[in-house]
Amino acid sequence: MWNRIYALFVARNTEFFRDRSALAWNVLLPVLIIIGFAYAFTDENPEKFKVALITSSQNSIANDRFKSTRFVKFIEVGEIDSSLRKIERHQVDLLFDANTLNYWVNQTSPNGYIVEKLLIAAFADSGQALRRNMLQGDAVRYIDWVIPGVIAMNMMWGALFGIGYVIVRYRKMGVLKRLRATPVTPVEFLTAQILSRLWLLLVLNVLIYAGMDYFVDFRMNGSYLDLFIVFTLGCICLICCGLVIAARISSEEVANGLLNLISWPMMFLSGIWFSLEGAHPWMQKLSLILPLTHVTDAAREIMIDGAGLTQIADHLLVLGGSSVVLLVIGAMIFRWE
Amino acid sequence: MSAILQVSSLVKRFGDLTAVNDVSFDIRKGTCFGLLGPNGAGKTTTIELMEGIKTPDEGKILYQGEPLGAQFRNEAGIMFQNTALQEFVTVREMLVQYSRFYPRTADIDQLVDEYSLGAFQHQDTRRISGGQKQRLLLAMALINLPKILFLDEPTTGLDPQSRRNLWERVRQVKAEGTTILLTTHYMEEAYELCDEIAIMDHGRIIAHGAPDVLLARHFDDVVVQIGEKDMPQQVGGPEFDATYRNGNAHIVTDDVNLTIEKLLSLEIPLDRLRIRARNLEDLFLELTGKELRA
Repeated sequence: MWNRIYALFVARNTEFFRDRSALAWNVLLPVLIIIGFAYAFTDENPEKFKVALITSSQNSIANDRFKSTRFVKFIEVGEIDSSLRKIERHQVDLLFDANTLNYWVNQTSPNGYIVEKLLIAAFADSGQALRRNMLQGDAVRYIDWVIPGVIAMNMMWGALFGIGYVIVRYRKMGVLKRLRATPVTPVEFLTAQILSRLWLLLVLNVLIYAGMDYFVDFRMNGSYLDLFIVFTLGCICLICCGLVIAARISSEEVANGLLNLISWPMMFLSGIWFSLEGAHPWMQKLSLILPLTHVTDAAREIMIDGAGLTQIADHLLVLGGSSVVLLVIGAMIFRWE
Repeated sequence: MSAILQVSSLVKRFGDLTAVNDVSFDIRKGTCFGLLGPNGAGKTTTIELMEGIKTPDEGKILYQGEPLGAQFRNEAGIMFQNTALQEFVTVREMLVQYSRFYPRTADIDQLVDEYSLGAFQHQDTRRISGGQKQRLLLAMALINLPKILFLDEPTTGLDPQSRRNLWERVRQVKAEGTTILLTTHYMEEAYELCDEIAIMDHGRIIAHGAPDVLLARHFDDVVVQIGEKDMPQQVGGPEFDATYRNGNAHIVTDDVNLTIEKLLSLEIPLDRLRIRARNLEDLFLELTGKELRA
């Protein structure tokens, strides 16, 4: 059995590496993601500091002096609440209300500390008293928050399309029919496909992670092994989704439609790009049945909060359980022709 | 000799169409059995039922007295009518991959040699010719040293030279003791290779036996062939009851002398005259009233 699985595994890998256009796409997509992130999150502009400002109608020399500080970007805002969140996430270094002379800083932010000094210096001999407000808690940057999702998303595309498309193409071409005439069983065939795609995706994931880590500084508070386990389990689960879709279909167009039908909702409802806090309750419930939600959440808990496997056991359980169920369904409804 | 494969009362339906309708026969060990018939007669469906690729709606198939199972998978070699090969894989890699599926396998170098695959064994399977592909598919079907070999229209689409080449290899396989089941719509192929044939039409077997025995049973006459140019239809029809196909008039007669005398008396040129024995093509025409390649 393992000999046969190995034969199919090798054949699929060979095909993958020799299909230059597909390989290029598989490698190019992550590279584009890395470049995109490097560009988006590497600060090239000279304005090193960001201050959210609630402007005052009265002119104040001290205020003008503060606003004339070079290399600080002043963003005029209308209200305090949304800006406080931005300070928490390190998107803004300081919030200053020129009317009440209140200011808010994040005490964990080095930038916040420096801008605070500038503000105090500007008001030093003005006779106006500033009121300092501290923001407590560990602030999370958007990049820290979004990276786990980006890795998971890349994995989702690779798993769904890499498995679904390939099997449907094999069936359409008659490759599966020829295999059926050999002692190869559906379970052996599917296992080989899963293993082949799994190791390729995990290697790609490690490369993407390393690439992003090189260009962008992001938070990793947990264990790399735990993270690897989460991505492996997530990968298997998403591959099994692809298997179920590809189990019977023999038209690439239909497969394409179905794969898109499940990948796009995952793109937006798994909380990759934005948190679903405050979203409609049905949307939050729906997101819980999507494997990508669990991959992303578990990865975030590890990377941001430094969670261990016991803290993310519920996610692992969902991923593992769905993998088994999907694999059994896939093997049961699988058709060679 | 005992039967290696027994087929009894096989029925396969696709919706309203009964593709295989109550088909029974035995294949004796070490023989070459030919399933003949026009396109759509049910040959491919029958062979795929026997290969275990399709499951019959009714009837039984026994291999060495047992239903098709793991032993059959290990001991059967199969060459489909159209097989797509996995892309981006070389000819040799294809053989290596398939050799890993079986417990007992042929030596790959020997197969490459015997089937003249050496010159292109490191080429992508997408870049080989039709004849090369058929040889590779045959080598793949033989990788597990099969006891029974299924060939579904193995020479369709090949040029005459490649076809003869493949026949030679099939004969060789048979000489080594492998049982062969072959479908074809080339009568010549069946006559060249098969010990026994079954002619199918509309999903049924309409004649079954050794080619020469079948011919002897149905015919005791010969065919005189004249070029259509030399004897147009308006002459040949009423005078000889001739049938016309492939640019020739075919006159069936049990007295050749008499026929030739009559042709001479009508001053018909005999430059293109041929006298031949009745062949499977004639048998098929006789049995079904239609041409085989229609």
